[in-house]
Amino acid sequence: MSRNRPGQPARGLALVTWLYVLWSLLPVLIAIRISFNSGKSRSTFQSPSWRWYFTDPLQSVWHDDSLRQPLRNSLKLAALTMLITVPIGVAMAIGLQRWRGKLSKASNGLMLFPLVTPEIVMGVALFLVFTQVYTSVPRGFTTQLLGHITFSISYVVVIVRGRLAAIGPQYEEAARDLGANRMQAMRLVLLPLLGPAIFASLMVVFAGSIDDFVISSFLSTGASSETVPMKIYSSGRATATPALNALATIMLVFTLAAVGLAALVMRRMRMRQGGGDDVQLGNMAAVG
Amino acid sequence: MANAAGAAPGGHRNAFWGFLSLPGVAWLAALFVVPFYAVAAVAFGKIDPILRTADPVWNPAQWDFSAMNRVIDRVLDPNDLGKTFLRTFAYVGGALALCCLIGYPVAYFVARHAGPKRGLFLALLVLPFWISYLMRMLAWVNLLQPDGYVNRIIGWLHLPGEHNWLNGDWPAVVLGLTYGYIPFFILPLYAALERLDKRLIEAGRDLGASPSRVFRHVTLPLSVPGLLAASVITVLPMFGDYYTNGFLTSGSPRTEMIGNQIEFYLRGTSQPQTGASLVLILSAMLLVLMAYYLVVTVRAQRAVAT
Repeated sequence: MSRNRPGQPARGLALVTWLYVLWSLLPVLIAIRISFNSGKSRSTFQSPSWRWYFTDPLQSVWHDDSLRQPLRNSLKLAALTMLITVPIGVAMAIGLQRWRGKLSKASNGLMLFPLVTPEIVMGVALFLVFTQVYTSVPRGFTTQLLGHITFSISYVVVIVRGRLAAIGPQYEEAARDLGANRMQAMRLVLLPLLGPAIFASLMVVFAGSIDDFVISSFLSTGASSETVPMKIYSSGRATATPALNALATIMLVFTLAAVGLAALVMRRMRMRQGGGDDVQLGNMAAVG
Repeated sequence: MANAAGAAPGGHRNAFWGFLSLPGVAWLAALFVVPFYAVAAVAFGKIDPILRTADPVWNPAQWDFSAMNRVIDRVLDPNDLGKTFLRTFAYVGGALALCCLIGYPVAYFVARHAGPKRGLFLALLVLPFWISYLMRMLAWVNLLQPDGYVNRIIGWLHLPGEHNWLNGDWPAVVLGLTYGYIPFFILPLYAALERLDKRLIEAGRDLGASPSRVFRHVTLPLSVPGLLAASVITVLPMFGDYYTNGFLTSGSPRTEMIGNQIEFYLRGTSQPQTGASLVLILSAMLLVLMAYYLVVTVRAQRAVAT
């Protein structure tokens, strides 16, 4: 009887979905709240304070260099990874979209592989190559940067190619017909059209680099190249204070700010160009 | 003449596009292909007799498979590494089952019944992606402390089962894996369910089938490709995971997975050969899944391109 009433099963599903959302986000909200704890406990909230952010003269993120250093490392790593990866990836996406032939197919296959390779496999491979082959590359930050770029390139290519397929060749052809040479058509027509995809890439690469634990950890040489996820891992189960939660929260704020900014810019670009497309979201979902 | 003039720039143009992708291709060759080859060179290479460090052999003709054979024997021995492999399969299987159980209804609801709230739900589903994985695990460490909220709620409700969750038991690991990877499961599944042909479902209803029959005989079979793709993309990283259990159980040997062994042999000891061999075995095991995902992706690329 009740199963034939429309909306009834949907209500049950809605409940499950809300419960899921609660389950997926509430623990993190509690962790953020603990970062504002005035006491040392990481499980019981006493009263709100900025103690673990900057007021504690020794143990706050601002004053404790063993917390500040990973924050600096993570942000530097993510920013540089983003700036180097995105141009390489955009060029590769345009190239692969139009390049024909066997080599192109092989390159496309090669590009997709990092997306499905478990991180530990890539981490071990990079660890061994830097200890056995490219031994002149200084280990630590430099190798971490090279590693992060390696696993980020494919994300950019997939995102940008999705947009390229949606744009089609006609705008560039029109520009060529109107007398632009190939470089001009690409710079003045194609790149602006790719704007939203480029911004999406920037934020995906930034967030991916900030989030990475395995590659950073395999290529690290110790405290000087420790990143925030590594710091959480190494001291989260030891005698950490809520300052660790504060560190994680600061990182989250940076990521969300970057994502929010990129989303805003993308929205404005898309409004100016007219016509939204769901390709972006679909791609980001596929990329994960 | 016109033909020749047309052909030459065409070839030129193709070379230009190849040139554009060159930096990326070269990068991946140097830092993805070569490193993978280095793993093989170490696994099939020699060990320095004095320093006990890896002495990679680059020429495949001189590869020595005895170390690999020893590792394979250990993997097949249920009292040795075999136990770790079985445990990994059990954990990943359990986490995947939970992902399906929780993730399918959520993805289904947001894709088909969320109505005007869909944008909001999508944003909420995407949000975990922007929260660092280890921060999400840290959140659970806070909750599961002996005096944490989970035990307090259990005590408050007078339920049995109040104990130290982080002592190295499997439930923490399976729940941790599920919690960690379920966003990666839901989003691709959502994308697949959203594209599902509504007319087929309506046809089932029009032909007199009850909603549950339509679900079992139309919707569910149609979601199989999406479920498979989502499962593959979730399971691949789970198999290589070593930090979820490392973090939630402080590296208890009772919850050790394949990834922990790999990390242990490569960094904790002077047996890089064993570690490299395990990486190759793991990759070989996952190759079918990786190939499946690559084929699906290439097909989707073609569908978009045409």
